[in-house]
Amino acid sequence: MDRRAFLKSLAVVGAAFTLKMKGGMSVFAQTINAETELPVDLVAVIGGEPEAMFKRGIEEMGGMGRFIKRGQRVVVKPNIGWDKVPELAANTNPFLVGEIVRQCIAAGAREVIVFDNTCDEWRKCYANSGIEAAAKAAGAKVVPGNEKSYYSSVSLPQGKKLKKTDVHKAILDCDAWINVPVLKHHSGANLTISMKNLMGIVYNRRIFHISNLQQCIADVCTYNKKPVLNVVDAYRVMKSNGPRGRTLEDVVLAKGLFISQDMVAVDTAATKFFSQIREMPLEHVKHLAHGQAMNIGTMDIDNLNVKRIRM
Amino acid sequence: MLKKIRVAVSILIFSLLTFYFLDFAGILPSRIHVLGHIQFIPALLSHNAIIVCLIILALLFGRVYCSFICPMGVFQDIASRCSKKKFAYRKNNPVLRWSIVAITFILFLSGFTIAIGILDPYSAYGRIAVHIFRPIYIFANNILAGVFSNFGNYTFYKVGIGILSIFSLSVALLTFVAIGVLAWKKGRFYCNTICPVGTVLGFINKFSLFKIRINNTQCTSCGICEKNCKASCIDAKAKTIDYSRCVNCFNCVKGCNRRGVFYAKKSKEIQPAVDKGKRKFLLAGLAAIAAPKALAANPAAQRKVAISPPGSVSAERLMKRCTSCHLCVSKCPSKVLRPAFMEYGIGGMMMPVMCFERGFCNFDCTACSSVCPSHALVPLTKEQKHRLQVGKVIFIPELCVVHTNGTSCGACSEHCPTQAVKMVPYKGGLTIPVIDVDTCVGCGGCEFICPVRPYRAIYVEGNKVHQKAKAFIVEKQEEREVRDFGF
Repeated sequence: MDRRAFLKSLAVVGAAFTLKMKGGMSVFAQTINAETELPVDLVAVIGGEPEAMFKRGIEEMGGMGRFIKRGQRVVVKPNIGWDKVPELAANTNPFLVGEIVRQCIAAGAREVIVFDNTCDEWRKCYANSGIEAAAKAAGAKVVPGNEKSYYSSVSLPQGKKLKKTDVHKAILDCDAWINVPVLKHHSGANLTISMKNLMGIVYNRRIFHISNLQQCIADVCTYNKKPVLNVVDAYRVMKSNGPRGRTLEDVVLAKGLFISQDMVAVDTAATKFFSQIREMPLEHVKHLAHGQAMNIGTMDIDNLNVKRIRM
Repeated sequence: MLKKIRVAVSILIFSLLTFYFLDFAGILPSRIHVLGHIQFIPALLSHNAIIVCLIILALLFGRVYCSFICPMGVFQDIASRCSKKKFAYRKNNPVLRWSIVAITFILFLSGFTIAIGILDPYSAYGRIAVHIFRPIYIFANNILAGVFSNFGNYTFYKVGIGILSIFSLSVALLTFVAIGVLAWKKGRFYCNTICPVGTVLGFINKFSLFKIRINNTQCTSCGICEKNCKASCIDAKAKTIDYSRCVNCFNCVKGCNRRGVFYAKKSKEIQPAVDKGKRKFLLAGLAAIAAPKALAANPAAQRKVAISPPGSVSAERLMKRCTSCHLCVSKCPSKVLRPAFMEYGIGGMMMPVMCFERGFCNFDCTACSSVCPSHALVPLTKEQKHRLQVGKVIFIPELCVVHTNGTSCGACSEHCPTQAVKMVPYKGGLTIPVIDVDTCVGCGGCEFICPVRPYRAIYVEGNKVHQKAKAFIVEKQEEREVRDFGF
C-alpha cells in the first residue's frame, strides 16, 4: 500500500469515526477535564504574553504530547504573509511560533518544519516577521514555499468550487501539522483566522478569489489531512486595513490566544473575541457557515466544552 | 610583477562584479555595487567625481581602466587566453574608431542613449551576465536545491528562471558570441576598433605619464612582445607602440627577455604611430540594432504609459541616462523590473520597465535605485519611496469579481500598502474596491493579484513624470481595551 492509498483509507476510517462524534472531533486526541470529566474542545486564554499563554493553554488541552507523538515529522504553519515587523501584527507572533516549535521538539518530534506561501517577497517576509529566526532558534527547519515545484496536486472531493489544489509537500509528507494563524481583519474574507490560513499551504490562490473566495476557503479546509491543532494568535490584533495593515493605528494589543482541534469552532470564538474590538457579525465571515455546512467543524461553541483562562 | 598585479586586480573586480550580477540570494554585500559606479560610461552619465578620477587615472597610468576595471575587457582576455593565439601587429583604424564615437555621441544627444548602452563594454557585459550567465547559475542552483531538499536540507532554494526579455536576451547572445569570437581570434579587437570608451581612453593614453616604452638599445626586434600583444599595437620591427590601442596589460613587459619593453615615466625616444587604415568592419554592436527583432513585449498590458522604475523621475530622464546594464533588473527581489521592448519607444529599448506579471514593487524596497551605477535611478530613502507615485491605479468595476460573480474577493485591497484601494460595503454583505488615486504609489500589488483575465479589473497607469503621493490619513480610533472573551 503506498502512502496515498494509506492516507485515503485513513481518511475514510477517520470520516467513519467522525460520523459518530459530535462536531467532527478526532477520537485520537481527546482530553479529559478533571472537573467535569468532559473533553476540552476549546481553550481561550487572555491577558498574558504569547509564550506564557500558549504554555498554559496547551496544558489545558492535555499537553503537546496528546497531539504530537515521538518520532513524528511535524509542520508548524504560521501566517508569514507580509514583509512586516511583529509589532504591525500582519504575521503570526514569532515568540508563539518559537514556543510551539520547542514544545513539538520536547514532545519528541523528529523534525519540525515551518513555512508559508507568502504574499510579499518570501525572503523579506521570513526575515522581517522574525519568524525565521525564532523558529530556527527553537530548532525548526524553515523551508521555502515560493516555487510551484514545492507543491503537489491533491484532490478535494468534498469541495464545492475547488475540486483540487496544489498543497506544499511539507504538509503532504508530514505526520502531523499545527495551524498557527494570526487573527486579523481581512478586506476580502472580512476576517482571516485558522481556515483562511490554509490558503498559505496552497500554491495558486488567484483561483480562490475568482471562484468564490469564502466557499473556496471552506473547500480547502475539507483537505483530508487536517491540522492536529489550531492555535490562533490574538496577542496583537489587526483591527483595520487588514490583512496587510498600514500603521500601528491598525493594531490593538488584545492579548488573546485560542486553541482547538476544530477550525470552525476556534475561528468562531476568535470572531466573537474580535467583535469586542470592532463589530464583526459571524455571518460576515461567511466561510465559517460554509465550513459548518460541510462538517468541517461547528460554530455552536456554546455547546462545546470551552475552557476560559485569564492570566 | 606588473602583469601579476593586473591579473590579480582584474580577476578580483571581474569575479566580484560578475557574481554580483548573478547573486540572487544576496550573498555578496550590497556595497559591491560601487564596482558598477567606477565603470567609465556609468560614471560619465552620472556627472560625478568618479569620471574625473577615471580621467586622471588615465592621464597618469594610461588605459588601465580597460585592463583592470572593465569586465568586458577581462572577459575578452579570458577568451583570448583560452584560444592561446599569438598576435601580430595590425594597423590602426582611427577613422572607423572616431566615427563610432561621433555617431554614438550624436545619437546620445538626439536622445538615443541606447547606442551607448549597446556599445558600452560594462553594460554589454552586464546584459551577458544577467541574460546568459544568471539563468545558468539559477539552473544549477535549482538542481542543487532539488537534490538537497530531497535529503531534507533547505540551504538552497529554488528560484524561477524565465526569459526576462527575448530582445535583450538576443542582444546579449549576439554580443557574447561576437565579442567572444573576436577576442578568441584577435584579442582586444573590440576594444580597439569598436568600443567608444577604448577610443577615448586610447586618445588620453597618448598623453599619459606612465607608458609602456621600448628601450631601443636593448630591443633586438625579436618580436616576442608583438606576439604577446593582444591589442596588436606593437610593431616590433619599427620598435613602435600605438598608444591609442595599448591597454597596459603588461604582457609585453613580462615576455621580454632583455628588458627591452618597460613601463615608466620617461623614455629615450617615442615615435607616434598613427596609421590611417582603410579596412571596414561590420559593427557588431550597431548591427544588433538593425537586426530583426524578436518580440518581447509584456503580455496584455492595459496601460498606455509605461511605468519607469522608482528613482528614474520620468521615462524621459531614464532614457538620457540608462545604459541598460540590467543590474537593477538582476537586483529586483520582486521580479518587477524587466528590460523594455517597445514600451518606451526605440530609444528606450532594453531599459528597465516595471511589469507586474510576476510580482509587485515592495513598498519598503529601494534596491534598484541604490545599485544604479549611472544614476539613471536616483537613490531613494525608504521614506521617499513610500510617497513616490510611479503610476496611478485604475479600477474597472464592471470587470470586478464582486460585481460579475457576486462573491468576495478583495485581493487588490489586501495587497495595497496605502489602502488607496479600499473595500467598501456592497450588496449582501459583500465589499467592493474603491480607489483613491492620490494616495496610490503605483506598486502594482493590485494589478499583480487581480484574478480577472484577460483584462484585469484593476491596474496601474504610468505617470509620465513621477509624482509625490498624498500621505494616507490614519484614522485614529478610540482605544478599546479587550478585557473579556467575547463569548
